[in-house]
Amino acid sequence: MISPAHYVALAVILFVIGGVGVLVRRNAIIIFMCVELMLNAVNLAFVAFSRMHGNLDGQVIAFFVMVVAAAEVVVGLAILTTIYRARRSASVDEANLLKY
Amino acid sequence: MTASHLVLATGAAATTRSITFWALAIIAVGAALGMVLARRAVHCAVLLAIVMLSLAVLYALLGAPFLAFVQVIVYTGAVLMLFLFVLMIVGVSSSDSIVETIRGQRLAAAVVGIGLLVLLSLVIGHAAIGPAVSTGPAYSTSNLQGIAQLIFTTYVWPFEITSALLITAALGAMVLAHRERLSPKPTQRVLARQRVSGGRPAPLPGPGTYARHNAVDMPALLPDGTPAELSVSPVIASRGEFNPRLPGPDEFTATDLGAAAPHAGELGAPEPGGAERGGQESGASESEASEHEGAR
Repeated sequence: MISPAHYVALAVILFVIGGVGVLVRRNAIIIFMCVELMLNAVNLAFVAFSRMHGNLDGQVIAFFVMVVAAAEVVVGLAILTTIYRARRSASVDEANLLKY
Repeated sequence: MTASHLVLATGAAATTRSITFWALAIIAVGAALGMVLARRAVHCAVLLAIVMLSLAVLYALLGAPFLAFVQVIVYTGAVLMLFLFVLMIVGVSSSDSIVETIRGQRLAAAVVGIGLLVLLSLVIGHAAIGPAVSTGPAYSTSNLQGIAQLIFTTYVWPFEITSALLITAALGAMVLAHRERLSPKPTQRVLARQRVSGGRPAPLPGPGTYARHNAVDMPALLPDGTPAELSVSPVIASRGEFNPRLPGPDEFTATDLGAAAPHAGELGAPEPGGAERGGQESGASESEASEHEGAR
């Protein structure tokens, strides 16, 4: 029998994979995708907990997370295209002007 | 229907649920791992789409049909398509370099990942995550009504704030992605002058002209049999993905040209001189390799 604990465990695994991806990858777009994966994992945990409690609040919160993630992706990708236009590269190592 | 029938039915449903869960969990974790490991950004996007679709089915399994559809429409449909659009702008062939810029970064990331996994596992191991309570119609037929009631009563203020957030995001994207034109737009007159004075008044040759195939990655052949590099889009040429069966300039004889030219458009035409093809292909791979070096 699959209990909400199984779903939460799956969410944890996906969250950790996304986090490692953010740390390892250097293409800014792929880093963004890994952030999306982490947000999705958290959504899964929300829905599982909502199922556990038997009310719909968790689903509503997951819905809000989706809305915020969509807004974040729009602005983030616009920033990425601007950076790419200026530096001809999507690597996060190239955007280092503030370093010196 | 007797009680034993009911028990049997619920047991079968539970088995189906657990099979679906395990299959989707394996698919999602495998695709997520592949997303972290794949070098091409496009492959990452496709693998992320797989993860999101399996999560949508998991939502449906958890009794959240509205969220399942929103997941498919908003995430897989809109967000990932936006990712793919930006990938097309930035360059489809953009792939990560495998050189570590910070020494020991991968190792440290792996250690941090394992630490996070252990920490979170401990947390959810200690938390009392109970079984799913028996739920009413809010989890099947009237899921949408229940969510709507919550959004427009308890969460009406956050919901209003998200509208402001969405408008701000749309404005921000427009402002950030907008590019001011620094030079006047070239008129038709300017373009015509450029073309005539540029040394090439005719259009560029299309790919595949007089070649064996007319695929877009097949360079056109000049009258002397050499491939015309201008005929292939620089995007394809820079990826080094020429057709491997491209005949090199030296083994493409005049008789071959005469035989091949009428069939230029026919992909399935039998190739003349099938016996020589082995030798041709080795020569072709050689010439492709040299061309590859030249492109770098």
